[in-house]
Amino acid sequence: MTETATRQFDAVPATRAKGAAASKSGRAVAWRRWILGALGIVFVGVAWEVYKLVGPEKGFTVGELILLPRTNDLSMPHIATMFERLSEPLTGASNSIFMWQAVVEASEFSLYVAAVGWIIGVSVGLLLALVMQRFRTAQSAVLPWIILSQTVPLIAIAPLVRRWGAQIQFGDFVWENWMSVALIASYLAFFPVSIGALKGLNSPDTNHVELFRSFGVGWWKTLVKLRIPASVPYLMPALQLAAANAVIGTIVAEVSIGLKGGIGRMVIEFAGAAGGDPGKPWAPIFGAVAIGLIAAGVVAVLGLFVRRYRRGETNA
Amino acid sequence: MTREDDKDMASEPTTTPAVIAENVGKVFPGKKGAQVTALEDIDLTVARGEFVSLIGPSGCGKSTLMRLIADLDQPTSGSLSVFGKSAKQARLDQEYGIAFQQAGLLPWRTVRRNIELPLELHKVGKAERAKRSKELLSLVGLTDFGDNFPDQLSGGMQQRVAIARSLAESPNLLLMDEPFGALDEMTREHMQGELAHICAETNAAVVFVTHSIPEAVFLSHRVVVLSPRPGRIRAIVDVGLGTSSERTDHLRESETFFAAVSEVREHLHGSPDAVPMGVDNR
Ligand SMILES: Nc1ncnc2c1ncn2[C@@H]1O[C@H](COP(=O)(O)OP(=O)(O)OP(=O)(O)O)[C@@H](O)[C@H]1O
Ligand SMILES: [Mg+2]
Repeated sequence: MTETATRQFDAVPATRAKGAAASKSGRAVAWRRWILGALGIVFVGVAWEVYKLVGPEKGFTVGELILLPRTNDLSMPHIATMFERLSEPLTGASNSIFMWQAVVEASEFSLYVAAVGWIIGVSVGLLLALVMQRFRTAQSAVLPWIILSQTVPLIAIAPLVRRWGAQIQFGDFVWENWMSVALIASYLAFFPVSIGALKGLNSPDTNHVELFRSFGVGWWKTLVKLRIPASVPYLMPALQLAAANAVIGTIVAEVSIGLKGGIGRMVIEFAGAAGGDPGKPWAPIFGAVAIGLIAAGVVAVLGLFVRRYRRGETNA
Repeated sequence: MTREDDKDMASEPTTTPAVIAENVGKVFPGKKGAQVTALEDIDLTVARGEFVSLIGPSGCGKSTLMRLIADLDQPTSGSLSVFGKSAKQARLDQEYGIAFQQAGLLPWRTVRRNIELPLELHKVGKAERAKRSKELLSLVGLTDFGDNFPDQLSGGMQQRVAIARSLAESPNLLLMDEPFGALDEMTREHMQGELAHICAETNAAVVFVTHSIPEAVFLSHRVVVLSPRPGRIRAIVDVGLGTSSERTDHLRESETFFAAVSEVREHLHGSPDAVPMGVDNR
């Protein structure tokens, strides 16, 4: 290859520069997203306080129907009150821990359970997607059940799971209540993953699939080198949804199973205490929000590692 | 290029043609029992190192014939052999490289790693892969773009990467289905010149599908003209423009070139009951 090697095409040397410019403007876009996100939160806070200021004290109701909420300090405490309450002791007892400590502890517990649920759900979801991709018949047999599974209300399955769990026991292993909660979280988490992953695994067009066939490689290598990388853009939003579902599933299941120690239980316990302590019910809600943000953040960070496989999302 | 030499010495005698099609037919089952006969009675032999173009009206079965050779589909009648083997065996043995109309690059791989893809899949060592991709990058004139991603390249550049990829394993047979179809005329003529060079260097046989008569004539030793459905071979035109290495742009102005172009055109427009469609007469 002597002659052709020296014959360069009149290639576009601007390509590199274009790439650099694109990443710079990409950073600007990222910054703007952060700023807009922060502005959004501030806006909600301002709206809350403004309504509290100008809204009718007793709210506005037509018969039973509440059209506008009441604005008194009990129903709508000042945002400052909510945060103040976090920094105060949990109870009146002299050795009481601070509210924020209690919230952090409960959040940690719930986050842990949700993470276990997420991992199980994601594994099951991926496995189902793989099986469905591999066997057409499996897809038509399993897919309807997957969709049907999500129509069963959580409240209905929670006690069932708990009862079944109580019967499980082999050797030293004893089924605990938190495992039921994690299982329910995984039940909600597996769904978007199985659907998203299936769509992603099937996303390569015939062109690419036939190319791999022409290379004479089988299903496994096609899976690893083509289908899985191609599924990443579909998988990331699915994993994010799964994280959100796992958090919600955990909190709701904690309530319906009656598991102590987590944010779900704290929400219920504190809601009753609203009487003389309007800031208190809000504390665990902040905890729940924090769990959701952390879960979404972790998945977003995971997404950074596979950014290369997401080129198709913005380009081409 | 030692791989190529090994291959030749190890297996079949070098006189075995690249492709032999005998009475090949392909019928697609249509809806409600209506069948589509895409190909009928195709008899074609492609010698080693020979450049053969398939030309014909849209829907006449050019792509189908190529897919049969590539074992991406199976003939419903007749027999097909590639380097003396069944089409399937030839595919599994990587006897051919293929390039389609769409470049079909993997967007998450750099240009270099796209070119190395077939080698990687066949467990060729890292050092050898790097050496080969470097050779190929310079062959298709993209030395400076090895680390770019496909979306940073123009359509023509992407197509060159796809061609480089099809050459990665030094196949003795190249199958190309309208590889320049999506390119503008300038780039296209440029690429044709490049392809002629590549063929001269690698000495691979080529089966090339195109809609452009001048393109077919410029590149080929023989041009196979197919009739509209069902696709049959209507004529085979010997171009006689010499070996691939002699194909340079001034050929496009030569008498022989024009003579061959009009011969192919006559065959295409040949039968009065058939109006050729989708044939590019440029
Ligand atoms: N998978 C398939 N199923 C059914 N019919 C098919 C299939 N593939 C091709 N055909 C039919 O076979 C005929 C030949 O198709 P083919 O793609 O080979 O044409 P072609 O010559 O490549 O056309 P073009 O020049 O437009 O690319 C067409 O009539 C098409 O409808
Ligand atoms: Mg075609």
